[in-house]
Amino acid sequence: MNNAELNPIKDRSMVESAVVGNKGVLRAQLIDGFKRDKFIIFCFSLLLVYLLASLFAPVIAPFNPYDLSQVDILDAELPPLWEEGGDPRFLLGTDAQGRDMFSTILYGTRISLLIGVGAVLLQTLLGVAIGLTAGYFGGKVDSLLMRIADIQLSFSTLMVAIIAAAVFRAAFGEELYGELAVVILILVIGTVEWPQFARTVRASVLAEKQKEYVEAARVMGFGSSRIMWRHILPNTLSPLLVIFTLQIANAIIAEASLSFLGLGMPVSEPSLGALISSGFEYIFSESWWIAVIPGVVLVLLILVINLLGDWLRDMLNPKFYRM
Amino acid sequence: MKDRQELPVIDDQEVLSNTGQSLGKKIPLVSDTLPLLQVKELKKNFDLSGDLLDQFRFRGGRIIRHKRYIHAVNDVSLEVMPGEALCVVGESGCGKSTVARLVMGLLRPTRGSIYYRGQRIDKLSEKALLPYRKKMQMIFQNPYASLNPRMTIDQALLEPIRFHNPDMTEGELRERKSEVIKSVGMDPSWGNRYPHEFSGGQRQRISIARALMVDPEFIVADEPLSALDVSIQAQVLNLLRKAQQQRGLTYLFITHDLAVVEHFGSRVAVMYLGTVCEVAATKTLFSTPKHPYTQALLSSVPRLWDDQPRHISLPGEVPTQIGQPKGCVFQGRCPHANDRCRRYSPQLNAQSDGSLVACHGIEEGRI
Amino acid sequence: MALLEVRNLEVSFRTREGIIKPLRDVSFTLNQGERLGIIGESGAGKSILAFAILNLLSRPGYISGGQVLFDNQDLATLSEKRLRSIRGSRVAMIFQDPMTTLNPVMTIGQQMIESLRAHRKISRKDARVIAIQKLKQVQIPSPATRIDQYPHELSGGMRQRVTIAIALLLDPLLIIADEPTTALDVTIQAEIISLLLDLCVSNNVGLVLITHDLCVLSQMTRRMIVMYAGRIVEQGPTKEIINDAQHPYTQGLINALPQLSIPGTELKQIPGAVPGLQHVPSGCAFNPRCEFSMDICTRVEPGFTCSGGCSVACHMVEELVNSMGEDL
Repeated sequence: MNNAELNPIKDRSMVESAVVGNKGVLRAQLIDGFKRDKFIIFCFSLLLVYLLASLFAPVIAPFNPYDLSQVDILDAELPPLWEEGGDPRFLLGTDAQGRDMFSTILYGTRISLLIGVGAVLLQTLLGVAIGLTAGYFGGKVDSLLMRIADIQLSFSTLMVAIIAAAVFRAAFGEELYGELAVVILILVIGTVEWPQFARTVRASVLAEKQKEYVEAARVMGFGSSRIMWRHILPNTLSPLLVIFTLQIANAIIAEASLSFLGLGMPVSEPSLGALISSGFEYIFSESWWIAVIPGVVLVLLILVINLLGDWLRDMLNPKFYRM
Repeated sequence: MKDRQELPVIDDQEVLSNTGQSLGKKIPLVSDTLPLLQVKELKKNFDLSGDLLDQFRFRGGRIIRHKRYIHAVNDVSLEVMPGEALCVVGESGCGKSTVARLVMGLLRPTRGSIYYRGQRIDKLSEKALLPYRKKMQMIFQNPYASLNPRMTIDQALLEPIRFHNPDMTEGELRERKSEVIKSVGMDPSWGNRYPHEFSGGQRQRISIARALMVDPEFIVADEPLSALDVSIQAQVLNLLRKAQQQRGLTYLFITHDLAVVEHFGSRVAVMYLGTVCEVAATKTLFSTPKHPYTQALLSSVPRLWDDQPRHISLPGEVPTQIGQPKGCVFQGRCPHANDRCRRYSPQLNAQSDGSLVACHGIEEGRI
Repeated sequence: MALLEVRNLEVSFRTREGIIKPLRDVSFTLNQGERLGIIGESGAGKSILAFAILNLLSRPGYISGGQVLFDNQDLATLSEKRLRSIRGSRVAMIFQDPMTTLNPVMTIGQQMIESLRAHRKISRKDARVIAIQKLKQVQIPSPATRIDQYPHELSGGMRQRVTIAIALLLDPLLIIADEPTTALDVTIQAEIISLLLDLCVSNNVGLVLITHDLCVLSQMTRRMIVMYAGRIVEQGPTKEIINDAQHPYTQGLINALPQLSIPGTELKQIPGAVPGLQHVPSGCAFNPRCEFSMDICTRVEPGFTCSGGCSVACHMVEELVNSMGEDL
């Protein structure tokens, strides 16, 4: 082995920074990378379709699945249009109660995304505040907060959610739970998974804190909270963006799992998970579409979000980035 | 000559009891005016022992709490007179940057005191320090790290002045900003750009402008040139000198580059392993260096037209100072060290030409 | 006899903004045992030159033109296998940061013995003897114990000594040293300079010293090259250039040194900044910063003019030399 060969070219970083510039060019670099990658454009468009569909669900959907007066039990278990016996009114068929599958899926996606985004926003809020505090102040504060994070991580989301839901039902009854299910799910999933954010933010803060611009801000006499939120936080956003995306997928899965187990959204207001669950008993009785179609919709949604998250991570990671 | 009995060395142990002993040593003033900044017997230890659990050791059948410290700064006393540029020079690990950060209140001293215009500032709260923050500013080494990448130049420049002068009108702010930014040789119309759009030299100008925005009278510059290209170093050095003349600034200039010191400094303090070994007017120091370390340092600087390097060779390398130092910090590498040097640490003593030297050998006339 | 001859070397980097050329039209020769200094600021392409000489550039950089003749073989076109046998054994490299060369999980001895045995058929025992002898040559105290230590157990100066020992291991004909003393303190730097100098002289090894420090260069080399924005702007005997630089950039570099001006006065400065690789000005790359810039400088890249013992790429010098020729 000769010593020269052990060395990667040192000037690489110099050349790269000369060519690529740094952070500010990031946006241009992201857009550029985006334009090149046809697959990512496809993923992004698909996500956009999901978002628009769930946002305008009341407009798009031919039926309102929550309005029992529009539902006729005689329409139950009609197959999708392309199957034999399909009804032109119901594009994707109907479920066991006679609800239009297409409308129900639209509304279900809406609920799933709402819970996913809501829970992750809550996670972000908690995680960023805790991570910033731990990273910036360090020492005992840091040790304490990170131990709490460790403890929090040792509970599985599902376990906490199951207990919380059960306690709530026992205390306030099924009816109130049905009304507040969305809020409760957001709260439970949101509070359980904040350590992910806290750890990432803390790690970035520890790195940023070493940099001289933080010292410069301290020399100016700025207070801790100003330095934390206005100076350090904006510089930790890139890794946050990545987990933000990936955590939405996780939150949707968590919600779907809970609903599938019958602990999430009630049948009257089904999310994608609840839909799959309600269709599951019919899967072997020829009415496969009740479970399979929402299942495909869910898997596709998760896949698209995860792919976008991974792509973001690669783009934001300078080591991955190649010219 | 006052000889101080060296404290018993308790290795790897923090000794808190020697505050009672007076280590006080009058340093004669160079001029009659009051010093702008005064640092007295400053000491800074960095704890290396880690978590509480890591500190407990099982030794000789007993559990002992074991703490280790790096003595980064040891009994440093300095005075900076108004209008001068005091250069602190030394090799890496000599504690010069720690002194800068202690003076600016970025680190809290383990012991000792710092006075600004006669007022003690080292024990003040962040809030009580605010008026001093306007007077004392700092310029950093790395222009790529000292500007927040997510803030435009305008934001970076205006934030401190808005913070310190909340009643300034928008017009006054703009005026001040364009005055300062012109004075550092930049175009005020570049204010909406981000730091990454500028070269290293330009960024260093911007961080100088940021320091000048609050109209300080005292600037601590921590190696402001070492990250810059040679042709840019001259630009920044000229800029610092111009700012000094126009605004009557006083500098505490931290550097390892002796050529810069010779050109820029009015007085020089040479540091080695956390202690000051020589303080002298620049001319005196470069013409007649006294401390053996200063001599070796000066002879090591490569010069142009110098085919045969004739430097004073020092055995060994700068050690890391863990534990209370014993004897003179330089004795391990000093060609003149004797038994006294190994046991007692020397104090700064005034010489006939006004310089201060901490060396037993010079005291005794051996060197 | 020329040991190393670089002819019109050009290096390109493929980037998404197109191809950039951090190195253009670089030619020089180095004789056996000669010491050559290459000086330039960041972005001048001096480190890329070091890598290009050994054909060590990795993606996205590649040699896009010219030849590197070492011992009459063109390294730019040689197969990887042949290159490997030349690198390390006949040409060695020393870097700024010793830790990039030293493997942190192997003892110094293991690394030295491995390099030796990769190039020569000798026993472990003999290799160890040679290794210890080389460590002694670089004045490492008690080499027989040091050899079994790991790099992190050594101080910065000791590590750089070890990398020099490794470089000398196979008795190379040429050492390429890329900023070998930049990371070191002045007192250590002085030691390493005199050590490297002694070793080169006593072993008759050629040295290409890449540095940004004119003072270090002036102490270590007889000939020098000044680079700016990927091109050689001035080349000649070190003494001659330092005493009487022809190119305005070289003059600026020398005048900007604080040690040459009267303390307390304004330093002579070069205005502006080093251009980025993708924004190299047309014509003479230095023209926006040059006080003597003429109309032709913005349009035509200057060729090399011989002036005294130096070759200079500058229109002004060219005119000057031409007019002097006419006067005669």
